[in-house]
Amino acid sequence: MADDREATPRPGPRALDDDRPAPRPGAASPAPGLAAVGKPLRKVDVRGKVTGETRFADDFTMPGALHMKLVRSTVPHARLLSVDPSAALAVKGVRCVLTGKDFPIAYGLMPVSQDEHPLCNDKVRFVGDPVAAVVAADELTAQEAAAQVRVEYEPLRTIATPQEALATADPRIHDYGDAPNVHKLVAFDFGDVPAALAGADQVFEDRFFYQGNTHLPIEQHAALAWVDPDGRVTIVSSTQVAHYVHKAVARALALPPARIRVIAPPQGGGFGGKTDPFNHEIVVAKAAMVTGRPVKIALTREEVFLCHRGRHPTLMRMRTGVKDGRIVGHSVETVLDGGAYGSYGVASVHYTGALETVTYRMDRYRFRGCRTFTNKPPCGPKRGHGTPQPRFGLEVHLDKICEKLGVDPAEWRIRNAVPPDTVVANWMRVRTTGLVACLEAVVKASGWRERRGRLGRGRGLGIAASSYMTGAGISITFGDLPHTGVQLLLDRGGGVTAFCGASDVGQGSDNVLALIVAEVLGVEVGDVKVVTGDTSLGPVDLGSYSSRVTIMMGNAAIQAAERARDRLAAAAAAKLEVPASRLCFAGGRVFDVEDPARGLTFAEAVQRAEAQAGTVGTVGSYSPPTPTPRYKGGGVGPSPTYSYSAAVVEVEADEATGELSVEKIWVAHDIGRALNPVAARGQVVGSVYMGLSEALMEEQEFRRLPPKLSRALVHQAPSMLEYKSLTFHEMPEVETILVEEPDAMGPFGAKEVGQGPLLPIPPALANAVHDALGIRVDEVPITPHKVLAALAAPDRRYGPAAFPDVPWPEPLLVPPPWEGGDGKATNERKRERRLPGAKP
Amino acid sequence: MMRLPRFRYLAPASLPEAVKVLGDLGPEAMPLAGGTDLVPNMKRRQQTPANLVGLRGLAALRAVSGDAGRGLTLGAMTRLAEVERGPVAAGWPALARAAATVATPPIRNTATLGGNLCLDTRCSYYDQGEEWRRSIGYCMKREGETCWVAPGSDRCWAVSSSDTAPVLCALGAEVTLLSRGGERRIPVAELFADDGIRHLSRRPDELLTAVHLPPVEAGQRAAYVKLRRRGSFDFPVLGVAARVRLSAGGTVEAARIFLGAVGSRPQEARAAADFLVGRRLGDEEVIREAARLAAQVAKPMQNTDLTLGWRKGVAREYAARALRELVG
Repeated sequence: MADDREATPRPGPRALDDDRPAPRPGAASPAPGLAAVGKPLRKVDVRGKVTGETRFADDFTMPGALHMKLVRSTVPHARLLSVDPSAALAVKGVRCVLTGKDFPIAYGLMPVSQDEHPLCNDKVRFVGDPVAAVVAADELTAQEAAAQVRVEYEPLRTIATPQEALATADPRIHDYGDAPNVHKLVAFDFGDVPAALAGADQVFEDRFFYQGNTHLPIEQHAALAWVDPDGRVTIVSSTQVAHYVHKAVARALALPPARIRVIAPPQGGGFGGKTDPFNHEIVVAKAAMVTGRPVKIALTREEVFLCHRGRHPTLMRMRTGVKDGRIVGHSVETVLDGGAYGSYGVASVHYTGALETVTYRMDRYRFRGCRTFTNKPPCGPKRGHGTPQPRFGLEVHLDKICEKLGVDPAEWRIRNAVPPDTVVANWMRVRTTGLVACLEAVVKASGWRERRGRLGRGRGLGIAASSYMTGAGISITFGDLPHTGVQLLLDRGGGVTAFCGASDVGQGSDNVLALIVAEVLGVEVGDVKVVTGDTSLGPVDLGSYSSRVTIMMGNAAIQAAERARDRLAAAAAAKLEVPASRLCFAGGRVFDVEDPARGLTFAEAVQRAEAQAGTVGTVGSYSPPTPTPRYKGGGVGPSPTYSYSAAVVEVEADEATGELSVEKIWVAHDIGRALNPVAARGQVVGSVYMGLSEALMEEQEFRRLPPKLSRALVHQAPSMLEYKSLTFHEMPEVETILVEEPDAMGPFGAKEVGQGPLLPIPPALANAVHDALGIRVDEVPITPHKVLAALAAPDRRYGPAAFPDVPWPEPLLVPPPWEGGDGKATNERKRERRLPGAKP
Repeated sequence: MMRLPRFRYLAPASLPEAVKVLGDLGPEAMPLAGGTDLVPNMKRRQQTPANLVGLRGLAALRAVSGDAGRGLTLGAMTRLAEVERGPVAAGWPALARAAATVATPPIRNTATLGGNLCLDTRCSYYDQGEEWRRSIGYCMKREGETCWVAPGSDRCWAVSSSDTAPVLCALGAEVTLLSRGGERRIPVAELFADDGIRHLSRRPDELLTAVHLPPVEAGQRAAYVKLRRRGSFDFPVLGVAARVRLSAGGTVEAARIFLGAVGSRPQEARAAADFLVGRRLGDEEVIREAARLAAQVAKPMQNTDLTLGWRKGVAREYAARALRELVG
């Protein structure tokens, strides 16, 4: 069998291979003659999208379905004294009212943060925390009855900001965490940074703030649940993580996992906003169990803002020592406003430091991170998860450093780029890197060298670069099990069905699955039927986050398809009396490469294989390589490989009003290989859009009322009209350059594209504003009043004035690779001591 | 999703029937034109009329008659998309431009000129869902007692956010209000009152049936400049409408300037207008001084998008831009 594997076209890598050396950047693309990979083929699911036939979660209903509304807390922080449903139950058409008493078990996305109840039990922690659920014959009745549920609160002091959280020991929002109202503190020293700074030629310090913002998917969350006659609970929900919902429902409702089915239909956008298991998903399942009827909930836009789990507002302080033009020591401190619950927060805070090292060489690195609890909707993962904030800081910080050093910031970045095949200061392993190629591409396309600084007052160019993970190296909840699986079923008509637990959030994962299977088996993409987003019909895939689906599901698909191809080759070889090693799979046929007329149709080959050894079904799975960091906390940041991006932004700034108009953006993205270049460009432009929208206007901001009159702490603008995001009007032309340096870790060499291109946009804009007006806005979003304030300021800067005092724990000491060590901390055991006052 | 509250829908077949229904029901009824303001407000329970009087069947409300020489009468149900084009664009381009900046194209295909004039006043403490407003204990404009943008105030400071209103005021347009008792015709400026709650002088039994644009005079020039966060979709946070009549020699003979979205009604900048009379617009010093005077009537509060200080600060610049457009 080994022979024919080598003879057939094999562009893809082996799926479970851990640690093969990466090819050099610029190496020739492997595997010419691909039929589907790299071709601008129509996406397999696009016809339904444009004709309106695709069924999203809210399109699902069942005969006799009831409707559910959640009663949400109207106070930001309080003990929950009583919930009286009697008046609501008296409303005609109301079937049941659920309260916290029906949900004694806590759940949460991360094993270390099981801090949510589907309905609040003892406390409410933000305006919007659900306290009851009303189930009625129709949605309007449920909505009207929800207003009749009487809730008695004993208000507690409200904590609105990280500064207040750090300063408040009592009351505590949660009774766990690394300090009162501090969810998580992390501290790492990768070498002695203070010593490095002491020996530096120059030391630079900056403070930055990145405002919180939310995902704003067009599709609002909706869920439908029912109980089969055999007792199986099915939940259809707009989720990026069907298997995490599955797990959370099993836990919170104490149900056997084998009796739960979660279906994730195609989504109208997620961006990380549907990556937590949500209270409404669990409550709607319980409501179906209690009433015996299908129950549906469709959230309002306002409720989507309250679900949130979006970008953490982050304060940052960066310190960098430079000697002979290179970074000898770099320090990052971050304080995150986590909102009311843990969510992905432990990962989020690590991410504000984990990828600081993978773009530019730095000898030593120091990171401190702090995530606080506040009485606001919980923050979590949004496109770029925890990394856009420090990326903004780092790229603006470097722009300032280059200005002081008198060097071109593009040249500095090119000169200092982390080379391929490097284990960096915090032990992340960089394999291929297109960073230099991306920088050179945008420098050339934008006319950077000729135009920067020469566009006249009010017009400027800014550059920034970045990196992002292609899938996370460690699974949050599933230990050492594979991160994904693909199952194939080949039928006698030549059709192929690919089953996988991944769900398509619009990023095109269904298309990736079909085209990879088609490529390996030599059939038309349209002959591959994909069945995804269903925990009962496909192997586990962890979900659409971390830019992990293409690399993980893709490699699993290659493995499953190659196994199928092996079976067909063996059967076809017998039938054709040709050595299997001479068989080629292409054009819907299996044929002898030396005599192409001699062959079988693909369907005939399937039939022969079925006759030979029974039903043709194969499986494939994928686990990422073992991460190189071996210190505690080093599980956040490792990735099979990293993508790289660079962008140049051209801005026109109105000096009289501070208004900004972005004229053009050039963006280059190191994608390894574009499996579908049109879809890939769409992902790039979508990321640029989102990054620019964050950079110019988006703000998940909250409002306090005069404290003497009100305790309120409410979302400032939970509507698509008043939560400002870019429209077509503000969106400039985007010139997209795909840098293709295939990476051995990716399927056919592909890296991620869904998140990375967002990252350089906010800092490139800030740097362009500096080029235009000579000011520094060290904050996102860069709104007109900040531009005017910076123009009026003596230091020509607008940004955070101070960085809070944080009770940092003793750091983990991890020598960087070039200072010895093995990726472990030298003081791990000693540090197990907890902070005074902290509970385990 | 958000569901509409329960209400009764009435569909009168004639204008007399419509005003009879409005007269019978009084404050219990609201006329429904394009619905792009009222319907979402009802979903958020800001307005919960027991009866809606649908106007879509009344062809008389869509009639357009006249021309630039005689003046133009636009039925109140003329859609904003139509105001953008046709005779309005030819004779009164500033009004067409104001209409074209309202919301988005799909909304302008539905929203009407009369509806835009009667637009509910807006405030970031009021334009929120019912649960949000419950979380702050409501506000003076609906169900509560406090004006959160000015807690010591005994009046509501919700903002007149119509784009067409300041232009129609500056043009000296009039509206007809019809009731069972007959009709009255008043200047558009008198349709508005300086109160966020009782912002219209229209009585509940009256129907706004028509908007009358006066004849275009020789030397007439008008402009509308809108400030908002984004180039589409958003309500104004400042609208500057100016209309002048220039002599053959270019001297201002008459001027009227109104600022929108900086008060509960369009604010007239009389001092600025008076200053312009007898002066020439080509003089940048004149523009700057008039803009300074105009900006003085802008009294924005922290209840719209963007920061208060910035909105105050750029009012002069935007007023100047509008006046410069008059130079032609």
